[in-house]
Amino acid sequence: MTEPVPIRRLLVSLTLLIVGVLLMLPLGAVLFEAFRDGIPAWIRAVRDPETLAALSLSLRLTLAAVPLSALFGLAAAWCLTKYRIPGDALFHALLDLPLAISPVVIGLALVLTWGPRSPLGRHLPPILFAFPGMLLAVLFVTFPYVARELIPLMTAQGTEEEEAAALTGAGFFCLLRRVTLPNVRWALFHGFVLAAARSLGEFGAVSIVSGHIRGRTLTLPLLVEMFYNEYRLRDAFAVASLLTLTALLTLAAKSALSRRIRYRNSLRSTPKAGR
Amino acid sequence: MFYQSVIVLLPLGFLILKAFHIPPSLFLRDIQSPRLLAACRLSFGLSAVAAMAATLLGGVTAWTLARIPFPGKRIVDALIDLPFALPTSVAGITLTALYSPNAWIGHLVAPLGIQIAYTPLGILLAMLFVSFPFSVRTLQPVIEEIPREIEEAAALLGASPGITFLRVLLPPLRSAVGTAFCLCLARSLGEYGSIIFIAGNRPLKTEIAPLLIVTRLEQYDIHGALILAMILLIPSLALLTLLHRFRLQRIP
Repeated sequence: MTEPVPIRRLLVSLTLLIVGVLLMLPLGAVLFEAFRDGIPAWIRAVRDPETLAALSLSLRLTLAAVPLSALFGLAAAWCLTKYRIPGDALFHALLDLPLAISPVVIGLALVLTWGPRSPLGRHLPPILFAFPGMLLAVLFVTFPYVARELIPLMTAQGTEEEEAAALTGAGFFCLLRRVTLPNVRWALFHGFVLAAARSLGEFGAVSIVSGHIRGRTLTLPLLVEMFYNEYRLRDAFAVASLLTLTALLTLAAKSALSRRIRYRNSLRSTPKAGR
Repeated sequence: MFYQSVIVLLPLGFLILKAFHIPPSLFLRDIQSPRLLAACRLSFGLSAVAAMAATLLGGVTAWTLARIPFPGKRIVDALIDLPFALPTSVAGITLTALYSPNAWIGHLVAPLGIQIAYTPLGILLAMLFVSFPFSVRTLQPVIEEIPREIEEAAALLGASPGITFLRVLLPPLRSAVGTAFCLCLARSLGEYGSIIFIAGNRPLKTEIAPLLIVTRLEQYDIHGALILAMILLIPSLALLTLLHRFRLQRIP
């Protein structure tokens, strides 16, 4: 705390101003607009069959995408941190890719790859404008989250514990279940939460591959757009508030989990420092 | 690795492969079209400004969060990730509801002759909103790690707080600031969902490049969409390489 008191006050008020205008104001606006006509109107909008169809599609997408990307993240983190394999630098670079590329470009790439006229899509049942295509889009944007959480942690933990377990006769699955997974449990959950939030909320890439078929391929974020463009503002904001509440839950879970991860890391690192 | 190849590399490979099939004459004609040029100028220019603003504002926020205790800090800290957790379409309609001429804030600034929604200013705001958490989250851990001893040493040697900040504290942050800027730039450049609502999307004036891709795709102009996708993809890949280099710098 070397900053003089006036500078400290200035910094805190600046931060509160930035966060207030940039973040809190929109948050308040969404909730205000959604409940403007009272709670019954909100419930009516949420129980609209179109909203329910979109909700179920969004949930199915998330439930399908998150375990897949977690499994992949675990496998990738395992390979990259416990062994040395060729090409791992390329892999690390690719982890940032879905964050850096425009969702629109991702959508276009998927259309070209899996579309009915591409050399691959020609031999397959229709993928685009249906569940599989949207799943592919969601998987593309969520794949790095679990891996990014696990890799730094597993690198820091090293391989000593696994080696000890293997020497005392633990099989692969026993080792995974008893040693590796408990060590990374909270980071894994953290990655889960991030991937789930992203797959529920992805708009750009999903929008291109979904085809916007009413009641069939509209996810919640796409439904918000459709309602808005049809001037059904109240409905749009009701759905938006549903997503906002989910986002707030995500934030709460995220902040609780990251505090827990920090706490565990501090527990782990203390005895090592003493050695 | 197989999973990654199918999910990520295959589509990108196809995209790049297809791009090579575009007849060069078409490519040359297209990149001179005024609509494409206007969209690119708008996208690149605004995202550069937005990334700078996000890095600056994010820097102030990260500094405060990392070093100064204040009441309610945990809530503010948790809220930083809101734009990340919020679907972009929700962000888009909300910002529009706040800043359009007859809405809350738009109403306040309208007498001053400022219109935010449906102008480049609105696009800038949306870009700032979505890229803000990336800047804070990149800078915050690095600021937390600055050892207190070096400031004390600087103070003991007679440096004023201003000099200490400029000469002692800022240099180790350089690669983190670079990372934050690149991340924000990439994010702003590619952002689509939140901008389409607030931009007004008038061709030549407030039409951003990602939107033009979608428009062209909807008109079955695959080649046109591809050309523009390449124009967006190449800087993203360049930024990614830069990021990788910044990250390598930070390890020692």
